[in-house]
Amino acid sequence: MVKQPGLLTLIQDRGRFGAHNLGLTNGGPLDAQAFAWANRLLGNSANASALEISFGGLSLECGIDTAIVVTGAELPIKVNGETIAGWQTHPVKPGDFIELGYTTRGTRAYLAVAGGFAIPASFGSSATVVREKIGGLNGDKLQENDQLPCASQTLQQNYYLADDDRPQYAERAILRVVPGYQQSTFDPVERHRFFSSQYRVTDRSDRMGFRLEGKAIKSDINSMLSEGICHGAVQIPADGQPIVLMNDRQTIGGYPKIGSVIALDTAKLAQLNPGSTISFEPISAEYAHNLHWLAKSRFDRTQPLKC
Amino acid sequence: MRVEIAGQDALIVYFAEQASAAVSAQIQRAVTRINSQMAGILVDLVPSYASLLVIYNIDQCDHFEARRQLGEALRDIDTTEAVGGELVTLPVYYSLESGPDLEIIAERGKISVDDVIEIHSGGEYRVYAIGFAPGFAYLGEVDERIAAPRLATPRQKVPRGAVAIADRQTAVYPAQSPGGWNLIGLCPTRMFDPEKQPSMPVQVGDRIRFEAIERDKFLSLGGEL
Repeated sequence: MVKQPGLLTLIQDRGRFGAHNLGLTNGGPLDAQAFAWANRLLGNSANASALEISFGGLSLECGIDTAIVVTGAELPIKVNGETIAGWQTHPVKPGDFIELGYTTRGTRAYLAVAGGFAIPASFGSSATVVREKIGGLNGDKLQENDQLPCASQTLQQNYYLADDDRPQYAERAILRVVPGYQQSTFDPVERHRFFSSQYRVTDRSDRMGFRLEGKAIKSDINSMLSEGICHGAVQIPADGQPIVLMNDRQTIGGYPKIGSVIALDTAKLAQLNPGSTISFEPISAEYAHNLHWLAKSRFDRTQPLKC
Repeated sequence: MRVEIAGQDALIVYFAEQASAAVSAQIQRAVTRINSQMAGILVDLVPSYASLLVIYNIDQCDHFEARRQLGEALRDIDTTEAVGGELVTLPVYYSLESGPDLEIIAERGKISVDDVIEIHSGGEYRVYAIGFAPGFAYLGEVDERIAAPRLATPRQKVPRGAVAIADRQTAVYPAQSPGGWNLIGLCPTRMFDPEKQPSMPVQVGDRIRFEAIERDKFLSLGGEL
């Protein structure tokens, strides 16, 4: 049961795919890596429903015997007042009070339970998209006194992820971009400016998009027809300040785009606080593909350690 | 027609510079073919006015393979092969009570409110794109005499079912939301119902007609004022 919902806590599975034809966006965890590790450490299926906790502040009262794990952003985690470690599974029992403080490094934490939360799928997914009122519990973020359904399940063995294998959340990031969409219509000088400047993450950043602030990029396109927007697309509106479109973006839009940030790096961006610095680096689609496979094989090869 | 990279797992096909019924039909054919021929790697398709975004499964292929399959699917797409678009009729209660911007549109076009209703319900529209919100279908194109720019200040609340015009586009709001389009009536048909299968009465490529109905009929069809 939810005692305190925190600033923004959402039920998420990997996301909703194949429903763009109805205008439904993807949803899903902003940091797919940290989310994947939460389920993996508990031996859950990769698509099991877990909680995405933005900036912390969540507390829960446990009603069953199960195990939990918290991954992603660093934040204080306490069970009945005792600090426990992140990236490590812990048994919990009825009456236990699980309390997450506020994030100290990174911004998105993931809390998973053994077996996952039992949330009915809506259009094939439990992912909560508040703007669409779809997924999760009644399409909304967690509220005080919400009941999170899950089955009782005890683990034979607790696991943790070695320090070296955990992602490091920093205050700056280089975001790798596959140039695409209208990129050829940007003047070479503007393209160069985009890839050589530093941008600041503004506080007008959310699950739809991260708005950046820095040197304005001029586009020669005054008006264009609305078209499909993929995950990570970098939109350049009239004021020239880039917006990186994330999981809850609208599926179509009419602003010019210079390319798309690869998924590995939107995860890094999602963990940055407002005020953090980023820069963009162009990479080929082939290299992006290789990076995806390297990360995937590293994830598959890395074994959780026994406690 | 040209194919560009959109992202690490997405390609976008540009069919033309401008939207038209012919381009829309071509996109519709492409959607049908891609759905059947690329099923093994396809994740999502986003058809729009003159483009089609194709999102594929990066775990199953790279962009070379996706491009190859896309090229196959798009071969000879210019033919006049029939498209499946259905004709869907949506009832609309047009009135000053349900369409607060009818008079403004009439004034703009120097025509009467009845003319606005007659022109809007006399046209046949094509579903060019679905987006902005679940179930929001962009329909085009309305007669120039009833075209009207978006409101300078969007409304905080547009009711579900509101039939609206922005420039030469028209749409039915699928849910209550903020909105800047001009409101001319209310449609009792749910444009998006997550509990229903299918959840939308229309899809991209369909043709839409609006049928003027009276207040009583609107209420009996489940409309709310």
